[in-house]
Order: sequence, then structure tokens, then C-alpha cells
Amino acid sequence: MIEKIVPDVGSAVAAVEDGHVVMIGGFGDAGSPTELIHALIDKGVRDLTVVNNNAGNGLIGLAALLKAGAVGKVICSYPRSSHSVVFEDMYRAGKVDLETVPQGTLAERIRAAGAGIGGFYTKTSVGTPVADGKEVRTIDDEDYVFETPLHADIALVKAQTADRWGNLTYRLAARNFGPIMCMAARHTIVQVRNIVALGDIDPEVVVTPGIFVNAVVQVPNPMSERAAVQDEQGYP
Amino acid sequence: MSAPPKGLNGAQIAWRAAQDIPEGAYVNLGIGLPELVADHVPHGREIVLHSENGLLGVGPTAGPNEADDELINAGKKPITLRAGAALFHHADSFAMIRGGHIDLCVLGAFQVAANGDLANWSTGAPDAIPAIGGAMDLVAGAKRVVVLTKHTTKDGAPKLVDTCSYPLTGRGVVSRIYTDLAVVDIAEGAFVVREILEGLSLDDLAARTGAPLSPAPDIRALAIQKG
Repeated sequence: MIEKIVPDVGSAVAAVEDGHVVMIGGFGDAGSPTELIHALIDKGVRDLTVVNNNAGNGLIGLAALLKAGAVGKVICSYPRSSHSVVFEDMYRAGKVDLETVPQGTLAERIRAAGAGIGGFYTKTSVGTPVADGKEVRTIDDEDYVFETPLHADIALVKAQTADRWGNLTYRLAARNFGPIMCMAARHTIVQVRNIVALGDIDPEVVVTPGIFVNAVVQVPNPMSERAAVQDEQGYP
Repeated sequence: MSAPPKGLNGAQIAWRAAQDIPEGAYVNLGIGLPELVADHVPHGREIVLHSENGLLGVGPTAGPNEADDELINAGKKPITLRAGAALFHHADSFAMIRGGHIDLCVLGAFQVAANGDLANWSTGAPDAIPAIGGAMDLVAGAKRVVVLTKHTTKDGAPKLVDTCSYPLTGRGVVSRIYTDLAVVDIAEGAFVVREILEGLSLDDLAARTGAPLSPAPDIRALAIQKG
């Protein structure tokens, strides 16, 4: 019997090790697997490379993971925000490295890794410093920059509903990077609000097929990042 | 130089830009000033707003009682969905952008050059934190890119320049610029003034612009929302 559901967030993150590349879903307040990130802090892993669209907000989730000293490098598209103080201070103090990637290139590099694609040419970033040192190829009179896939050891993703095979649905704008990160990691860990019986998710509406998922944990009432930032709540 | 007339505020610039969006257009609005364009689309004109984080059919800003942490726009602000909306993941969202399916993209700018070069992600300063977001993909893939910006910086330096001194977002990508003082087209590598704030002379505008300007043959007064 295939059983991907695990009892708690601690056992969900058991496979994460020091030095891993960890993709973390979410865009702003939507879709951050905050409880799984906090489980990484509890576990005490170090020297992670984190792939996320942003670089943490307030003092919880990814910001708390940074503050705990668990992250050596962030690969993201947009590290600046009105509440990204932890990252900004650590970056300026030289305590964390940054690779800034155009958002669509970030998404496609993740997708390419999951799809077994060895790289792709994109019009994005032609003529900008992002293209420095990369191969530029002219295809049908247009210049394209070569980008490579972005693989990960682990993906941490928040979804809405799962079954024991790991089939997933998402909610609203919390979908964002979830489906492609599930594909790109060797080991994908998902927190969901609801777990339903096999067969209760209509096959027509499955967004991430369970083949891309390794572990599922139920977090029925995930914390609101927006509220936690407003209240200056921290972790631990 | 005589005391200049007061320029448009942000909402007025957004209103002016919104008047030019054609019926049926798929439109991406950048973070900041461009977000205001959504509030000023002429009544009865049906357009579809795209948000890079996986939404088509973005509706008005959410009121305090309807805000949902999981329904936000690219600027991370709570929004609503209108009838006909669709949800999708990031790779699909940027396939729409890169693949040429977005008719119009409205962005902010640090600098725009007379040849259409755009700089809007980094000042290049040593302690600056570079934040690209979706801007490089949008300028590479949208069918038309327009910019909303104040004509000068807070210190009075021109934002419409001969050559961008900041790192580029894209080369030769901008078609039109809406500012608090004018509507300026980029045509054959030069700034062409289509509309100018009433009471402002072309010389006044040129003094606030970092590259030569020429008037369009049918130059008009800058349109402002009535009432």
C-alpha cells in the first residue's frame, strides 16, 4: 500500500540534511509552507541553499530560518519587500549569499529540472547584466540567453488538499511555485489543510499528480504570514 | 524658467494611461504606480488583468472584510477575482508573458532612454539589493510595454535620459511613457511628445528631460480626468 501521509511536521522533514538545496513554495503571503520551515529550524539543519521567489517576511517562516543561521545562500527573484528586514541585514553583513534570477527564468529553470530538460534559451535578460557570462544564441533573428535547470534535494510546498498517494489541489494564488517545485526536487514534502480518501479528489481537478510527491503532512490551520508579520511574531 | 504648473498626481497618470488600453486586451500591471491603472479603466471596456503570480481576471482591490492571504497580486496586495478568472502555476504564468500572449504591460521605471531601454531593478549602488521580479520577462515577452513614472526623481534629476546609467531591464523595449507632465512616445530612437501639461512649454519640459524632445505633429494638451 502506498502511504505518503506522515503523522507530523517533524517526521515530514526527516530527509532534510545539512547542505541541501531546498526549494520553498510561496509568493508573498500566499502559499508559504511556514510550519514545514519551522520544523527545519527545530531540526537544526545548516548551510542550506534556499530557492524561493522572495527572501522572507517579518520574523517567521523563511525569515526565521535565515535568522537561525540555517541558510548560506538564497536564490530568488525579488528579495526586497517592506518586511524583508532579516534578509537585508544579513546580506549587507555578508552572512548570506544572493543569486537574483528573473522570475520567469526562475520558474522555467525549476520546471526544466522537473521535466528532464538540460537547459533552454530565453529572450529574458538579453542585453542586461543577468546575461553576462552566459551563452547568447541568435534564433530567427532574435537573441536568446541560455539558462540551465535548477535542481533541488528537497521541496517544501503548501497545498490545500491531498490523498494518501500525494495527489494535490491548491487554493487561489497559493498555487504559484508549488506544482513546479514538486516536480524539480528529489524529495518533495507537502503540508495540506485537508486530507481526503483516495478517490475523493476528482481526477479532472488534480493539479499535482502524486508521482511528484514523497511526503504529506496535515496542518489543518496554517498560520497567516500576514497576521504574524503585523504582530511581529517570531519563531521559535 | 517661470513657476511650472502642478503636474498630475499618481492617480491622474494612471487614469491617462488607462484611457489608451483597448477593449479585449490582456494586460499585466507592474508593482506600484501601475497598479492604480486597474481602478481607472473606462466603464464598459472589458479588459483582462494578468498577475504574474498565477491569476487572470484580477478584479478590484479587496476591501478589509474580504481580504484573503491567499488571494494577492504581484505587489502582494489583497485583490479579488472577477467572473471569468483563471488560476495557474508560475511556469504557465510566465509562458503567457514570455510567449507573447500579453498584449500590454505597464511598468514603473528608474530610467527610460530615448532608444527605449528600460532600467527599473537596481541602482547599481554597492549596498543596493537587486530585485528583478518579473520585469525582465515582461519586457522581453509582452507585445507592448509602456511606462508610468514621475518625469523626474525627487531630487529633480531626469528619468527620461539619453542613456540609462543604471543596469538595464531590457534593451529598446519601451513604446510610450506616461508622466506627471507629458505623454511621450519613443519613435526611431527619440522622444516624441504627444501630450504636454497645459501651461508647460516644450522648453520647460526639455529642461526636465535628459535627451532631446520633439513635438508630435498633432501635439495636444495632456488629458486629465474630468470632475
